[in-house]
Amino acid sequence: MTYHWDFGFLLQLGPLLFQGLVNTVKLWAVALVCGLAIGLVVGVFRTSPSRTLRVIGTFYVETIRNTPGLVQLIWIFYALPILTGMQSSPWIAAVVSLSIYAGAYSAEIYRAGIASVELGQWEAAKALGFGFINQMRYVVLPQALTRMVPAFGNRAIELAKATTLASTIAFGELLHTAKTIAEDQYRPLETYTALTLLFTAVLLPLSYAIIQLEKRLGRKGTLHRE
Amino acid sequence: MNEVLRLEGLTKSYGNVPVLKGVDLTVRRGETVCLIGASGSGKSTLLRCVNFLGYPTSGRIFLEGKLVGREITDRSGTKLVKYREAELCSVRAHVGMVFQQFNLFPHMTAEENVMIAPIKIRGLTKSQARDLAAVHLGKVGILEKARSYPGQLSGGQQQRVAIARALAMEPAIMLFDEATSALDPELVGEVLLAMRQLAQDGTTMLVVTHELGFAYNVAHRVAFLHEGTIHEEGAPEEVLVKPRKPRTQDFLRGHTTFRMPEPEL
Repeated sequence: MTYHWDFGFLLQLGPLLFQGLVNTVKLWAVALVCGLAIGLVVGVFRTSPSRTLRVIGTFYVETIRNTPGLVQLIWIFYALPILTGMQSSPWIAAVVSLSIYAGAYSAEIYRAGIASVELGQWEAAKALGFGFINQMRYVVLPQALTRMVPAFGNRAIELAKATTLASTIAFGELLHTAKTIAEDQYRPLETYTALTLLFTAVLLPLSYAIIQLEKRLGRKGTLHRE
Repeated sequence: MNEVLRLEGLTKSYGNVPVLKGVDLTVRRGETVCLIGASGSGKSTLLRCVNFLGYPTSGRIFLEGKLVGREITDRSGTKLVKYREAELCSVRAHVGMVFQQFNLFPHMTAEENVMIAPIKIRGLTKSQARDLAAVHLGKVGILEKARSYPGQLSGGQQQRVAIARALAMEPAIMLFDEATSALDPELVGEVLLAMRQLAQDGTTMLVVTHELGFAYNVAHRVAFLHEGTIHEEGAPEEVLVKPRKPRTQDFLRGHTTFRMPEPEL
């Protein structure tokens, strides 16, 4: 038996797939920005002189890192409304869930980046009269951020793939759209193949850009201007 | 008020290991005091206690006549000094520190390194801070490198920028923690020269150093630290040339094993 491939119907459904792509990108971008912001706060908590803040940060990171992203999403969509009495839309649940997820991983990147800055830099800033927050802001973070760029790039790609989790709560991103098309047209092989190619086409340039960036930073020997 | 810094019975332990065992020291305005002593004698620990990069275990520190911290008596009747972080920040802003490893901020130019604290802490405008940076970079003879990044400068140049950075806060006292120990030998001179110039201009300085020649020529007073206490203190000629205590004599003998021959006339 030979399978008769037919991609023709996908061209007609192009606008639908495009809407899925737009939703995927939207979810990815919002969760990335929120995740990086949450991660910054938590990462700073994790390196702070205050024990309480360190404990809070560690609790958050370890809870999120040690549960599956899918379980978090389902918990936020189905369980959280029972506790709060507020039903959220798939969009809100997906954004909140993926932001918290991305926040935990990027917190670790911030923490590692901050820890990579030599003790002498902290001391020099401290000796000038800067308090902890300003040592961080003017001296440590600007140096740490450049070192974090490659790791953030990898996180961004991971997160783009994690957006497909939102299909399970019927958010109309790419995978959910593809599922709908596949069932409607009885053509899962073509639809999911096209989905795979689409993801590759979008993420490959991003991966390549990150590799180039890493190379450029690596060539300089150190990641800051010298 | 002639006295800038006074240490009374300063002690510091790391766990159960005492490093400083009761140091009393006074530095007066315009004076340069050199702290000498073997490695591990507590010189750097002492210096780091003065601007609270390390906390003293007990004892009192007076900066310009004012006790740093608040003295309290605990239940057993022992006197303790409590420190508030906000007060320590302001103390550190009034005490300049130069590190062995320079610790310049690599993401800022030389000029920006000098400008950042005056802008963010003293509240100067950018152009005021730039003028100030020019004055202090000029003082240590490195104004032409104002726009260079630390990575483009030699060790000696970096250390001179670090000195300018500390000076720009117009501190009551400058601390030097083995400022030339990390430098290649041929670069030591330019930094010592800059420090000597500061001393001659009347900057109040407390200098931890292995450069006995500098101590002899520049210091008003030399203190020899041994096993966590000041073992001998006095004018450079007394301590370095005619030391009275055997420990000081031993230390100095170790330093002068290889004497250059006197040129024949």
